[in-house]
Amino acid sequence: MSKRFALGIFDDEDVLLHAVENVREAGVKIYEVFSPFPIHGIDDAMGIERSRLPIAAFFLGMTGLSFALWMQIYMLGFDWPMIIGGKPHIALPAFIPVAFELTVFFTCHGMVITFYTLSNLYPRWKTPVLDVRSTDDKFVMAIEMNEKTDLNHLTQLLRANGASEVNEKEMTKF
Amino acid sequence: MQHVSPVREPLVTGGKTYHDVTQDICRQVEAKPNIRWMAALSVALFFLGIFFYSVYRTLWYGIGEWGLNKTVGWAWDITNFVWWVGIGHAGTLISAVLLLFRQKWRSSINRAAEAMTIFAVICAAMFPVLHMGRPWLAYWVFPLQNTFGSLWVNFNSPLLWDVFAISTYFTVSLVFWYTGLVPDFATIRDRAKGPIAKVAYSLLSFGWKGSAKHWSRYETVSLILAGVSTPLVLSVHTIVSMDFATSVVPGWHTTIFPPYFVAGAIFSGFAMVLTLMLITRVVFKLEDYITLEHIALMNKIMMVTGSIVGVAYITEFFIAWYSQVEFEQYAFINRATGPYWWAYASMMTCNVITPQLVWFRRVRYSIPLTFILSIIVNIGMWFERFVIIVTSLHRDYLPSSWVMFSPSIIDIGIYVGTMGLFFTLFLLFAKFFPVVNMAEVKTILKYTVDNGPTYTGNHGHHEHAHQSATHGVPASAPVNYNKHE
Repeated sequence: MSKRFALGIFDDEDVLLHAVENVREAGVKIYEVFSPFPIHGIDDAMGIERSRLPIAAFFLGMTGLSFALWMQIYMLGFDWPMIIGGKPHIALPAFIPVAFELTVFFTCHGMVITFYTLSNLYPRWKTPVLDVRSTDDKFVMAIEMNEKTDLNHLTQLLRANGASEVNEKEMTKF
Repeated sequence: MQHVSPVREPLVTGGKTYHDVTQDICRQVEAKPNIRWMAALSVALFFLGIFFYSVYRTLWYGIGEWGLNKTVGWAWDITNFVWWVGIGHAGTLISAVLLLFRQKWRSSINRAAEAMTIFAVICAAMFPVLHMGRPWLAYWVFPLQNTFGSLWVNFNSPLLWDVFAISTYFTVSLVFWYTGLVPDFATIRDRAKGPIAKVAYSLLSFGWKGSAKHWSRYETVSLILAGVSTPLVLSVHTIVSMDFATSVVPGWHTTIFPPYFVAGAIFSGFAMVLTLMLITRVVFKLEDYITLEHIALMNKIMMVTGSIVGVAYITEFFIAWYSQVEFEQYAFINRATGPYWWAYASMMTCNVITPQLVWFRRVRYSIPLTFILSIIVNIGMWFERFVIIVTSLHRDYLPSSWVMFSPSIIDIGIYVGTMGLFFTLFLLFAKFFPVVNMAEVKTILKYTVDNGPTYTGNHGHHEHAHQSATHGVPASAPVNYNKHE
């Protein structure tokens, strides 16, 4: 299955931001916007929902904390109790550093794994991109086209909103 | 709301466009290695050779190759461990703490500083692992079942806390750094000409395309990682200091240690960042990205943390007297006036007096003086750890066991060897990875510009420039921020 895209190329992120709002108002569905750096305010303009990753982070942290406490209490308190320095078997204050470190460990690594998995990011031999300049200095608005799409109308709309170029691109795998 | 002072210096000078940033940073990645880089790498590899030889001697003949004796059972190894870990702290401070405080100037130095963190922690880890004597059994420090050869690990021991702290610190710094690198690898991938570079950077970039959704998540993840890395970096050196503070050795058994060690770590770390940045900016022609303003700001942080360290030294002395514990008092008198007085004097001069020179504007903005200062601080911080460790141990409770410590050639070899290891890794990083975070620097180009627009957009580069004018937004305003307020 190949997909056809109309690509509006912009030189400036602020122009793009206005264009995103106007194009969406004109009733055109934007497939995706590619930019070399994060554009503040694009989430609202594109209607992207606020990420729920912070909630995941909280639960990952709690998992780490509970695991660390369970591990220390089980190992030194129940599985093989030993008297160390005259301290009680379950010496909670001494367990705090490891509990803290594992909270951080689980949060960070869980977060990063969640991020890469959700975003479908993994090492691949080839990475097809719509426009190679979108990781350099261009801001690319991709609009998916079908048989009914009027490219001339779309070009005019993008041009009127400040696109410096409008290209057509067909991708077999994207 | 963010207030931007109209008189503030631009963060990136030279009126760079987005494309200029890409060009300037990718240049050394794409170019053939130059002769200066090759020369530097050969020197680093020579020292790496010394490292391998010293490690071989240590492992083949045992810890007896080191200068340790029965009274001084910890000396250069732990000194070097603490020194290297401390150096690493500046990287996390720049990448996490300054991110939370919205210090935009960090953008052009965070990549290299984080790399420094990772390499410094690798160097640091060498010392406790080698001191084990049988590093192939190093996995015994992890909580494994008794059938693996030992009992459960002792969770009451600060040395075990260190295992968890350093492992967490290293792996977290690594993934934080790598996640930041992914968009920049994508930039290099899309510019790559050669087939090997294309595949290599495609693999490294994880298929990053820079879509709005991904950037949104990326920013959330960066913020969360920064949020948890901030207490993490403070906890790491706190736990390192507890290796000493929880013992009953006079001179170690003090509650001031955690903040004192953390301040010292940031102090030495910034000194190392300055040393590396001053070289990097010249070698890779990054003067527009790492400006004199950056150097002055880092100097100021160095001065503040150096002063905290100075106050801690004096407080320790006061408390030794105030406690009326004669062993504690002797430990401190012995430090300052005993046989290791020269180490103490070096520490005091390098760490307390020299950073105060930064009060002078001329020193703060001078590249040669800053460079010398940064080296002096690192020497001073090495002596600090040596003073704390060796002078507290060499005269213990029994005068019959009082000895002096002198390092063996193997001790010295491992220490200078880790510098070889560090610089080998750093030089490889500087050649194959983008040393400045391109994506992040591009976001600050429009930020804080005095006297009208210096960001010229793509004017002069492209024919369609006339359409790129921003409607109703002055170029001097920090337009990237608070769009909807």
